[in-house]
Formats: sequence, structure tokens, C-alpha cells
Amino acid sequence: MNESPLDAIDSEDIDPHFADKLVDAGIGRIRTCIQCGVCSAVCPSGRRTAFRTREIMRKAVLGLKDEVLSSEDLWLCSTCFTCLERCPREIKVTDAIVVMRNMAVEEGYMLPQHRKASKKLLTSGHLVPIDRANRRARRELGLDELPPTTHSDEQALEEVKKVMKKTGFKTLIEGEAKEGA
Amino acid sequence: MTEVQKYSLFLGCVMPNRFPNLEKSIRVVLPRLGVELEDLEGASCCPAPGVIRSFDEPTWLALAARNLALAENAGNDIITGCNGCYGTFKEALGEVRSNPKKLREVRKILKDVGVRFKAKSSAKHVIEVLSEIGPERIRELITLPLSGIRVGVHYGCHLLKPSKNRPWKQTQKHSFLDELVEATGAESVAYKDKDLCCGAGGGVRAGQAALSVDFAREKLDNLIAAGVDCIINVCSFCHLQFELAQPQLNDEAGTQEYQIPVVYYTQLLGLALGIEPDELGLGKHVVDTKPLLARIGG
Repeated sequence: MNESPLDAIDSEDIDPHFADKLVDAGIGRIRTCIQCGVCSAVCPSGRRTAFRTREIMRKAVLGLKDEVLSSEDLWLCSTCFTCLERCPREIKVTDAIVVMRNMAVEEGYMLPQHRKASKKLLTSGHLVPIDRANRRARRELGLDELPPTTHSDEQALEEVKKVMKKTGFKTLIEGEAKEGA
Repeated sequence: MTEVQKYSLFLGCVMPNRFPNLEKSIRVVLPRLGVELEDLEGASCCPAPGVIRSFDEPTWLALAARNLALAENAGNDIITGCNGCYGTFKEALGEVRSNPKKLREVRKILKDVGVRFKAKSSAKHVIEVLSEIGPERIRELITLPLSGIRVGVHYGCHLLKPSKNRPWKQTQKHSFLDELVEATGAESVAYKDKDLCCGAGGGVRAGQAALSVDFAREKLDNLIAAGVDCIINVCSFCHLQFELAQPQLNDEAGTQEYQIPVVYYTQLLGLALGIEPDELGLGKHVVDTKPLLARIGG
């Protein structure tokens, strides 16, 4: 064991500020993780995949930023909140995953299906917009053909689009220059 | 008489745009219980907590606050029939009420588009409002008790969790929905892993289709083993998952093993109130509801 094993952690891969960023984003107790594994044990996604919540938590505390943010594992969580409910250290585990997903998207890691859905929100105000079959279904049910949402209110849709421009969402998804930049 | 209460009905995306039959059942049934529904005109996606909140939290919070502001300015609280939308509003209110900086940022964004937001209104789930009316009162209104109907109750996740920001008496082993189901005369049947997530949320259905359907398969297998006549759910996204996963699983296996009618709670309640199945949108399901309706009518 004198040679460095293949899976040794290179100190260059450690971002010493990563855990601080998670703490600042509201995961104040993440450093109290004792690696008990309850989060993995209760995870409904982990029981059918190699996704291990405990592993993500450990890597996050260690500061293995690139490894965590580039991993598809981050996107196997269905956000059921069972880990957050059961963590004996009361770490907001699910919230930690959501925060790291935000960081991943900011670094450019986003599944194509998620980008596609986001574009629907940008153009219609709905992640799942109406389609022809459901216009007809609505009529047949005696409902207005379009729901009383951004679908039937042009001004409201403009408002929603403006909000998404101001928050930078349009740029994030479409990669255009920020407003005023 | 039941006291009349008024809410702004928040529809979200999946309910009005994919399963308007659920919307119809809410609009038909709630007024019967003294709940007046006002349209929340110009509302957008909540936006979905597992995806948009995962992509960009500030955008999620700003759009959620805009929807809440629409209700606030109409003088109402929000009522929603989707666990995801419910989760978004509960968590967004939690964020702005506990974090003045976030509230200031959101108010500034909304002010720039001409919307005033004070974070004063709240959001309730359809099931929360029905629970407040109570199973005893609902039982009194039943004209067609659904005796002999075996129901598998699915609560879904975001109705219950995070429990610190939910109104229920308990943090686990809930019974309020089972009680509402049993008020109709049906029986809520125990089944394995009742609390298991449907697998649709968190961007999993959109991003990891095979994994998502595997969650549903496990749940459906457990429901089949328990011998239920239908699944009762209270979330448009869980509803979508169980409706669409069953034909997917049948296609994959080349069998017709998965045929459990997927029924939203207000549809079940409507039947017990003597409302015609078509009025409740029960003729517009993916998985045929006729076997269930035959057991109720027969």
C-alpha cells in the first residue's frame, strides 16, 4: 500500500469552500453528518439504483465539488423528503441535493429533457402546456377550452416572461446575454 | 348548514392541461360542501418544486410568489389539488417568511412587473380543506355509500413532507385521507410500502423515465397483491404517473397485468354524493374505470 491507489482523492480535487457554500445556502448542519447511512437506507431511488445519498453527502462535506456536480446521481432523487425527515442529525438532506442541483445547472450540467421542459415554461408559463387533445377534453367536460391561466391571458404571460428574464432564467436556459449586461 | 368558505383555485399545469377530468371533479364537488372556488386568473406553473426549484431557486421563488400574490390581491387563500403545487407554495411561504432578504428580493422583482406581494395569503390542499370539514360531516352528505369497494390510498410525498412545514397532527403513519375515503363507505385497504413515492417528482419522470416507472411498478405490484378496486390519489402528478405507467408496463411486458383504475379523491367522493360519473370526468381516464363503476352501480 505504498503506491497511491487509483481511487485516492487528489487534493487538487478538493474545493475547501464547497461545504461553506452549502451552509450559506441553508444546509447549516451538513458538517454534522456522521455517515450513518439512514438517508440511503430510506431512499426509494437508492433501492433500485446505485444512487447512494450518503455518498453524495460525504463527497459534499469533503469538497469534491466537480465530482458531485457532474454526477448524474444528483438527478436520481425524486425529492420525496424521506431522508430529510429521518436524518438523526436533522440535516436538510433533500434541500442539500436541490442546492447542489442549482450549482450543477449553473456549471452547465443539465439533462436535455429538463432544458426542453424549461423552454416550455419560458414560452407558455406552463411546464406542461395545453395540447389539442386536452383542449377537446376540456370542451367535452364543459370547461373553458383554455384554463384561466397564462394560457388565456396574454398580459399575465408577458408578466411571467418578464420575471423569468429578471431572475436570469431565460439566460440560464437559452444562454443569452443577461439583461443590462 | 356548512359555512361557506371561498378560495382562489390554483390549477397548475398537469391538472388543467393533461387531466382536466380531475379539475372538473373538484369544481363539481367542492361547492357541494360549501367551498366556493374563484378562478385565479393569469396564474402560471407553480413552478414545479422538483425541477424549477432544482434548476434555479430564485426563479422558482419569484414565480411562486407571483401566484401567491394573485390570490392575495384577490383577497383569498389558494386552494390546490396537486401535491407539487402545494409543496411549492408551502415552501415558498416558509422561505420568504423566515428570510427577510429573500422577501425583499422577490418583492422587488414583482414590483418591477407591477405586482404587489406581502406574503400574507396562504395555500391549502383540497384534502386539507376537506379534512377541516371533516369525515363526520362528509359522511352525513353521502347518498350512495360505496360499500364493498376496496381502495388503495396513496398520499404522495409533498402533501406530508417536510413535516415541519405541514399542518398534519402526525409526522408519519397518517390516517386523515383514509378517514375521508372511509367516509364514502369504501374500505381503505392496508398494503405494503404505502408511503412509497410514486416516482414522478424531482425531475425523475422527465429525466429518468425507466427509473421513474420502476417506482410505479413496485407500488402497483403491492396494490395488486392487496386486491384493490382502485387507487385513490390526491395529486395530479401522482395521478399522471399511475395512469401513464400502467399502459407503459403492459406494453413492456406484453400483458394486461396493470389495470387498476386511478381515481382522484373528489371523483370518489362525488360518486358517493350521487353525482353522475361523467360529471366527475370518470369517462376520461387512461386506465378504464368501468370495472370500478360497475361494482359501484351493481
